[in-house]
Amino acid sequence: MSGNSSYVPKSAFGRWFEARLPIMGLAHSSFVAYPVPRNLNYLWTFGAILAFMLVAQIVTGVVLAMHYAPSATLAFASVERIMRDVNYGWLIRYLHTNGASLLFFAVYVHIFRGLYYGSYKAPREVLWILGVIIYLLMMATAFMGYVLPWGSMSFAGATVITNLFTAVPLVGGGVAHWLWGGYAVGDPTLNRFFSLHFLLPFMIVGVVLLHIWALHVAGQNNPDGVEIKNVERDAMAFTPYATIKDLFALSLFLILYAWLVFYIPNYLLDADNSTVANPLSTPAHIVPEWYLLPFYAILRAIPDKLGGVVALFAAIVLLAFVPWLDTSPVKSAKYRPLFRIFFWAFVVCCVGLGWLGSQEVSDATTWAARAFALGYFAFLVVVLPLLGLIEKTKPMPASIADAVLAKKGGSSAPSAAS
Amino acid sequence: MAARIHWRRPGGRRERWGEHLSGAAVENPNRRDFLFIATGAVGAVGVGAVAWPLIDQMNPDASTLALASIEVDIGAIAEGQIVTVKWRGGPVFIRHRTKKEIDDAVNTPLSDLKDPQTDQARAKKPEWLIVVGICTHLGCVPLGHEGPYDGWKCPCHGSVYDTSGRIRQGPAPLNLAVPEYAFLSDAKVKIG
Repeated sequence: MSGNSSYVPKSAFGRWFEARLPIMGLAHSSFVAYPVPRNLNYLWTFGAILAFMLVAQIVTGVVLAMHYAPSATLAFASVERIMRDVNYGWLIRYLHTNGASLLFFAVYVHIFRGLYYGSYKAPREVLWILGVIIYLLMMATAFMGYVLPWGSMSFAGATVITNLFTAVPLVGGGVAHWLWGGYAVGDPTLNRFFSLHFLLPFMIVGVVLLHIWALHVAGQNNPDGVEIKNVERDAMAFTPYATIKDLFALSLFLILYAWLVFYIPNYLLDADNSTVANPLSTPAHIVPEWYLLPFYAILRAIPDKLGGVVALFAAIVLLAFVPWLDTSPVKSAKYRPLFRIFFWAFVVCCVGLGWLGSQEVSDATTWAARAFALGYFAFLVVVLPLLGLIEKTKPMPASIADAVLAKKGGSSAPSAAS
Repeated sequence: MAARIHWRRPGGRRERWGEHLSGAAVENPNRRDFLFIATGAVGAVGVGAVAWPLIDQMNPDASTLALASIEVDIGAIAEGQIVTVKWRGGPVFIRHRTKKEIDDAVNTPLSDLKDPQTDQARAKKPEWLIVVGICTHLGCVPLGHEGPYDGWKCPCHGSVYDTSGRIRQGPAPLNLAVPEYAFLSDAKVKIG
C-alpha cells in the first residue's frame, strides 16, 4: 500500500479527487495492476468466493433483521412469518442459512489450501493469524445466529456452549450468569445474541480488510512455493486474468449454492429446530451445525469437563502457531512427499472427527474420537516440527516461470504464452 | 509494490483495458465482443433476479395484505353513535347519523365549503357516514361530537369538520377521506 500509485485518472474531476483521496489509485494498484503468480490453481479463487459470500450473508442478514423479532416469545413466530408471509422471505432465509454453510465450506477449502502449500510461512505469518481470527469470529457469529430462530436445537446449542464457561474454576459460574443475563439461557440471552450477531460480521469485514492488506504486502503464495522473482515473467495483472477466473469459479460455486437453496434447503438443518424452544426439555440427539462437528467431537472425547473445554479451544488456537510449529523451509507440499502423506492423514482425522461429532455417544465412537483427536494434535505439535528437520524434499524449480513452462514442456522463451 | 509495474505485451506495446473493443466492433464484430456482451447481458439479468426479492421483501407482506379489507358488524351501532375501527393501521369513523345530522349535511351550499363535495357523493346510504379518521392537515385523530357543526374537531390545530366529515374551519385543506366500502347486508359493511 504505497502512497505513490502510477494511476492517473482520465478526467479532470478524477485527477482533482485523486489528489485529495487516492482511492481510485488504491483500487487500481490492488485489483487491476496487482501482480498475481502465473501458476495459481483454482484453490486460489476461494478468497474471492469468501468475500462474495460474506457480503451475501450481510445483505440477506440485514434484510432478515427487518422482519425478525428478537424476543423469546416472538422469535420463532417471526421466523415463520418470514417463511410464509414476507415476500420472498423463504428465499432470503434459505439463502442466509445455506450461505452460512457454504461460507464455512469455502473457508475450510481456503484453510486446507493454506496448510498444503505452506501459505502461512514467512513473510505471511500475520496474514495467517488474521485468518485464524476471522475463523474464530465466524464460529462465534454462526453459533449466535443459530440460536436466533429459538428452536429446540437453538436453545440446546446455546445452553451447551455457554455452559462451557462453567468449566472454568472459581469464576466459571459467574461468567455464565453474566453471559446469560440470568440463571439460564433465556430472553436476555437471545436479545444480546441478536445484537452481537448483527455486530460481529462487520468486525469480520474489518479483519478481512486487514487480511487482504497483509496479503498484498507479501503477495500471494503459489502452488510451487517459489516467490515472484521477475514480475514480467512470473506474474500477470490481476485484471483481467484473476478477475475473470475468480468470477468463473464464483459462478460455479453459485450453482452449488442455488442447488442447495432451491432443491434441498433443509438438508443441512436439524429437524429438531422446527419445534419451539422448551427450557424444560432437551432433544434426544443434540448436534451443532456440521461445520462445528469436529470440535464438538474433540470436546466429547475428553472424559474431564475442564479438559474437554481446554482441548476444544486448544484445537483452534493452536492453528495460529502453525507458522512456527512447521520447521520446514520448503513451503509447498508439492515438493514435500512425506508431509503430503501426513497432511492427508490430518484431513482424514478432521473429517473423521466431524462424522463422529454427529453420532450418538458410545464406547466405540469415544475411542475413535480419541484416536482421531490424538492424530489432530499430533499432526500440529509433533509432525509439523519434526518433519522439517528430517524430511528429504524434492528439488524446487528456479522460478515460477520455470515451473509453469516445465509443466507445459516448452522452452523458457516468454513469447510462448499469448 | 504493484503501483510501479507497467504491463507489456510481447510486442513491447502496453495494452490498455478494452482497447481491442474500440473501433473494431462496428465493422468487424468478433467472438470476443460477442462473448463480452452476451455475458454482460446474462449477468445483468442475474443481478436483476437477485435484486428484485431483496427489494420486494420490504413491500407489505401477506399478513398485512390480509388486513387490507375488514368486515365490520354495524347492527349494534345506535343512532347518533360514532364507532372507531382500525383499518390499514389507522382509525375509520363509522357514524350512524340522526335525521338532523343528515339534513344539516345535505342542505349545506357548496359555496360554503373549502373542498366542495355534496353529502350524497360521500355517503352511499345517508344514515351511515364512513370516513377515515385522520385529519387532512397533519394527521391527528379528530374528536367526534365536537365543534360548531357537531361533526368533528381536531385538537391539534383546530380544524373543524361537519356531519359529513367536510372541512369547514381551520388549516386542514381537504375533507376527511372516504375509503372504499360496500354494504354486505344491512348489518355488515366491508371496508377496503
